[in-house]
Amino acid sequence: MSTMRRVVTRVVCALAIVLMGEQVAAQDILIRNARVHTMTSAGTLDGADVLVRAGKIVAVGSNLAASNATVIDAAHRPLTPGLFAGVGSLGVVEVAAVPDTSDESFRLRMPVWEQQWRPEFDVTLAYNPASSLIPVNRIEGMTWGVLAPYRGDSIVAGQGGAVTYDGRYDALIPGSRSLFVQWHDGDSVGGTRAGLFMLMQQAIREVRSPPAAADRALMLPAGREAFAGYLNGGRIVFNVDRAVDIRRLIDFTRRNGLKPVISGGAEAWRVADELARANIPVLLNPLDNLPDNFDMMGARLDNATLLHRAGVRVAFSSGHVHNARKNRQVAGNTVAHGLPWEVALAAITATPAEIFGVGATRGHIAVGQAADLVLWSGDPLELSSLAEQVWIGGAAIEMRSRQSDLRDRYFQRLKSARP
Amino acid sequence: MRVNENIRYAVSGAALALLTSWVASVGLAAESAGTDSYGSIYRASVSPPTLIRNATLLIGDGTRIDNGDVLIVDGKIAAVGRGLSAPAGARILEARGRWVTPGLIDVHSHVGVLPSPYVDANSDGNEVTNPVTANVWVEHSVWTQDPAFQTALEGGITTLQILPGSANLVGGRSVVLKNVPAVSVRDMKFPGAPIGVKMACGENPKRVYGDKGTAPSTRMGNVAGFRQAFSDAQDYQRQLQKYQRELAKYQAAEAAPADSRKKKADDDKGKEEPPAPPKRDLKLETLVSVLNGEARVHIHCYRADDMSNMLALADEFGFKIAAFHHGVEAYKIADRLAERGVCGALWADWWGFKMEAYDGIQENLALVDYPQDSCAITHSDSSEGIQRLNQESAKSMAHARALGLSIPPERAIRWLTSNAAKALGLSDRIGTLATGMNADVVIWNRDPFSVYSLAEQVFIDGSMQFDRSQPQAPARSDFMLGQDANEELR
Repeated sequence: MSTMRRVVTRVVCALAIVLMGEQVAAQDILIRNARVHTMTSAGTLDGADVLVRAGKIVAVGSNLAASNATVIDAAHRPLTPGLFAGVGSLGVVEVAAVPDTSDESFRLRMPVWEQQWRPEFDVTLAYNPASSLIPVNRIEGMTWGVLAPYRGDSIVAGQGGAVTYDGRYDALIPGSRSLFVQWHDGDSVGGTRAGLFMLMQQAIREVRSPPAAADRALMLPAGREAFAGYLNGGRIVFNVDRAVDIRRLIDFTRRNGLKPVISGGAEAWRVADELARANIPVLLNPLDNLPDNFDMMGARLDNATLLHRAGVRVAFSSGHVHNARKNRQVAGNTVAHGLPWEVALAAITATPAEIFGVGATRGHIAVGQAADLVLWSGDPLELSSLAEQVWIGGAAIEMRSRQSDLRDRYFQRLKSARP
Repeated sequence: MRVNENIRYAVSGAALALLTSWVASVGLAAESAGTDSYGSIYRASVSPPTLIRNATLLIGDGTRIDNGDVLIVDGKIAAVGRGLSAPAGARILEARGRWVTPGLIDVHSHVGVLPSPYVDANSDGNEVTNPVTANVWVEHSVWTQDPAFQTALEGGITTLQILPGSANLVGGRSVVLKNVPAVSVRDMKFPGAPIGVKMACGENPKRVYGDKGTAPSTRMGNVAGFRQAFSDAQDYQRQLQKYQRELAKYQAAEAAPADSRKKKADDDKGKEEPPAPPKRDLKLETLVSVLNGEARVHIHCYRADDMSNMLALADEFGFKIAAFHHGVEAYKIADRLAERGVCGALWADWWGFKMEAYDGIQENLALVDYPQDSCAITHSDSSEGIQRLNQESAKSMAHARALGLSIPPERAIRWLTSNAAKALGLSDRIGTLATGMNADVVIWNRDPFSVYSLAEQVFIDGSMQFDRSQPQAPARSDFMLGQDANEELR
């Protein structure tokens, strides 16, 4: 009987898949008459159409036609690529102060002299597509972000990568895997940032000539294997703020053939020309303008502007997880402080996609890109605008979250209580 | 300063809190409540008369005037309207295309007590040694060199209430500051501002003390802690009242005709000693100021049920709550808050960082604003957020619009001006552009609720404290002066 039921279930599932396949084909989407911010060399196209088929953008142009397509009249409203939610723990934390709901750090809490680097730790294996945070941020236009491990025992937090917020379980976007390093973390480098270089050199040496099993090593064999990939051109995101530390890091990575991304970068503007020459991009929170610590004495609101003028690629990350949607407001603020509007929008679309190796499928409105799109009620960087419809991988997402449900329940009660 | 402000200052400085009315009246201020040693010594800068012309004025009372003028004379708003003429020698600021608002007020700030840089040595916001530290005054922790005062000013903040942290049930007294350069907190203290007391319900006190293995460790422990503290304060209040009665009797006797006194003195061995006042208890003194209505009560509270419990506490002990701060679930009891005349000082969209913040919604400000006689306030609790209270408000306005609620700029500006002034008990001096009010004024380069908007000039009591056209001005904070981080790395 149970076998029978299983067979029936399988058949039903198979049918469902077939039906869904047909639905996808039937549900081509034609968004007409939009102000399309392509984030490509084509720039902004007013009154343009975008055709989506099987989850991808198949045409961008004027007067496109498609039979069987769901047609949406954008009425000249702005259409952007899905926005970048920043780098952080979105998808691995539910309530920050409830430890059981947090999977952001790998920490064995060993005494310092027992600590090992664990670059093989991969936080994306904890990603929870059912997190309530995802719909909350998704309906504000955030369609993807970089899931990064938070600080671990050592300066090497572990690996992360870009994830799509369409609710799928295997959400990691290929090509985006990165290693995250906290460049200066007090005790774990012996209490001095000079220790960073010593430990880094030791790690490089261990990879190049693995120690004997009995030797005391910084990494386990699996760690050495993971780390080796990052010594050979993999992306390493270094969290560092102080200008002089960034300069030394540039030197170090050049000598050792590493491919760095600077994250934090509160004082990056002070070494903007060097960053531009080394083609090192910077992920920053442009609202950082206070010396929260002595590494941020030069923090200022036009950091992104100065970096851009020097030719450095900038992307934004608000530092918020639950409120990752704030990245849009963050971008708007940089315009008030001198960044060209298109560059600010690129800093939450195309630029982070390119930095994290997913530029071929994310961050642009162009043929071949995943159909991650947002139709806005107005200027996408303006606070008075809201996302009217979000598509991820060509699917119109339900514009609903736990928060909108709470809002509807209580607004209804308030309205009915009103005389 | 207006004359009545000087009087307020003198009284509050002399008698402080508790004993103000009756002690002052019986002439024992110096003995019972100290001198005005902690009072404000703020003096407004002298400024020329100023006429701001042809701007969009958001008055702060819910109205606006397009192409309006504001005239400032002697640190006060002298006139608001159209086609005003400037007195001789006035500075005239042509503000066509600009927007003008009252100076912004943040009712929830820790600038100066949880400062930048955030180092233990300067972290003085939470006296985490007892769940009831009503005896501490946060002004004694304020580091006036915190660079966050300046960045807040650049965001249009002219007045801020600095609060102790939320680790304790009663964290201590708050202080209201004018955002001016100062070497001591007294130079910033808002003259005559009512006392404020910070309380906290919910997770923080029970976590902080529960983790130490002491009470409170639960929400019921929190409420019991409040009730016992106020019960102790009632007892202290009775002792003070008893002393007051005895003192009055003694003074009446002293004031009796001289011959009968002399006779009495001859009869008795010595003359009767005046009654001894109860020993001052700084903790209970602050709590009595809550009971007698002198202190404004500001309660950090997230959940709707916690707020309801605090309303019940206020009923039991007969005090009034000025505002719930953070109030992430205030939208669930918006009508009750409005009925009770309690303000909700709120974030636009922070949520989820702890359990009691899990039900946050972006419409909270708008829904708390929705009932009749409501009092929604945009607050920051953050040295970043305080720089853009206008933007925080704008987010809630946008989400309200999606619900079909139109909240125009002239209404929303109340959240960060007049409603905030109301919670601080300063509505008669700040928060609106009206004749006779302090000339705390911000000129914005466009609609302040735009993400692209910047404050161009900020006036406090008529004095221009910030001018964006002078970006090379030296750092206001001594800490930032001469730091080698203002140019490219050599």
